[in-house]
Amino acid sequence: MIKLASLSKHFGKTVVLDGIDLTIEKGEIVVIIGPSGTGKSTLLRCINFLEQPTSGTMTVGDLTVDVNRASRADILAMRRQTAFVFQNYALFANKTALQNIAERLLVVDKWPKEKAYQRAREILEQIGLADKADAYPASMSGGQQQRVGIGRAMAAGAEVILFDEPTSSLDPEWVEEVLGLMKQLASERQTMMVVTHEMSFARDVADRVIFIDGGHIVEQGPPSEIFHNPKDPRTKDFLKKILATNPV
Amino acid sequence: MDVLNVEYMLGLVPVLLRYLPLTLQLAGIGMVLALILACLFAVVRVLRIPVLNQLTIVFISFFRGTPLLVQLFLFYYGLPQLFSALTVIDGVTATVMGLTMHFSAYMAESIRAAIVGVDRSQTEAALSIGMTNGQLMRRIVLPQATRVALPTLMNYFIDMIKATSLAFTLGVTELMGATQKEAAGSFLYFEAFIVAAIMYWIVVELLSKLQNYLEIRLNKAYNR
Repeated sequence: MIKLASLSKHFGKTVVLDGIDLTIEKGEIVVIIGPSGTGKSTLLRCINFLEQPTSGTMTVGDLTVDVNRASRADILAMRRQTAFVFQNYALFANKTALQNIAERLLVVDKWPKEKAYQRAREILEQIGLADKADAYPASMSGGQQQRVGIGRAMAAGAEVILFDEPTSSLDPEWVEEVLGLMKQLASERQTMMVVTHEMSFARDVADRVIFIDGGHIVEQGPPSEIFHNPKDPRTKDFLKKILATNPV
Repeated sequence: MDVLNVEYMLGLVPVLLRYLPLTLQLAGIGMVLALILACLFAVVRVLRIPVLNQLTIVFISFFRGTPLLVQLFLFYYGLPQLFSALTVIDGVTATVMGLTMHFSAYMAESIRAAIVGVDRSQTEAALSIGMTNGQLMRRIVLPQATRVALPTLMNYFIDMIKATSLAFTLGVTELMGATQKEAAGSFLYFEAFIVAAIMYWIVVELLSKLQNYLEIRLNKAYNR
């Protein structure tokens, strides 16, 4: 379970997240939508401590931290409970696909080499890239790189996987294979928080859709409700614009 | 123009070759120590570790800002005058100290630039899976920076090999010192120094070959 209480993030005088309260159940698939620059990515980055939140408390699994009092150890522990999938994949450029996935098991979890590579191979199998084990990121397509990025996040055995616009950098031809893998994970009830503009993914896969604007949660609910019967005018306005270019 | 004394030159080759190992040792040890020091300086600079960062800046400024020959004389002649315990410093030690500090100052800056040049997303990815700063430096950032820094570092190494010739001013008989003595005995200055020059040249050429090989290896991960 994930629980955020009054989570805020300020960049200087700009308030990017303004007291977010949010609870996510184990196995829940949450899709976060909203206009650009409204704090969606920042929210995910705060949960992974890639950004230091300004105030609030966060609970992930059995770990609760007050972000202002978080020690170095708390931050490491929090990061280890939450896996992150980046928009630009961010695979380790000096490591092969297999090594990218095994890296965390080897270095952070201190697994013995054989066991870590064994597990990494299983994950490569699951993401359909067993034949790319020894390929370096530079030689892979965007879609393949992002699938390895998801594989790296899966290796963590994390409480939640945070997806930050995972298909936004992809050429259209690779989007489906990445969304397909995410659907597969969702069907296994891996807890996920996904920031995306892929409205069809939100409609088909999400248990809950959250609309964020101006650092606030404006509206949330099951996709059928948000897409067909939005209550807040800002939600209506946003959906109208995005569905015009990105029909469901 | 007199004809070159080729016979003398050929005879000189085995004589001078005996002093080449010392030249290579001075440069080899100097390079290893300078690399270690430079990596430490670079990390201190990148992470802006308080106090150490300021000390490093002053150190780099001094050793880049003064001639190597002045530094060698300071270590060899100057320090023992101030601290009598340091009279034990011989010419070889002073040379290694001088080369290490002088070149570490230059190399620290190239390594720092290479570290800063590694894409920020690599650091974020490493942090996101829970690596510590030390782990992400060692496993992700430094290996990638090495590839960028390698050509410059090899240049410094080549420069260092040639700079070992200054050791003869501290009475060390390495390749340059030996050549000087031979030339003074035979008065065949051109012959003696051209043999020494060719020896330095061959060593540097071999190093360039090594550099090509290393670059190909390190670029393996980046070929499409």
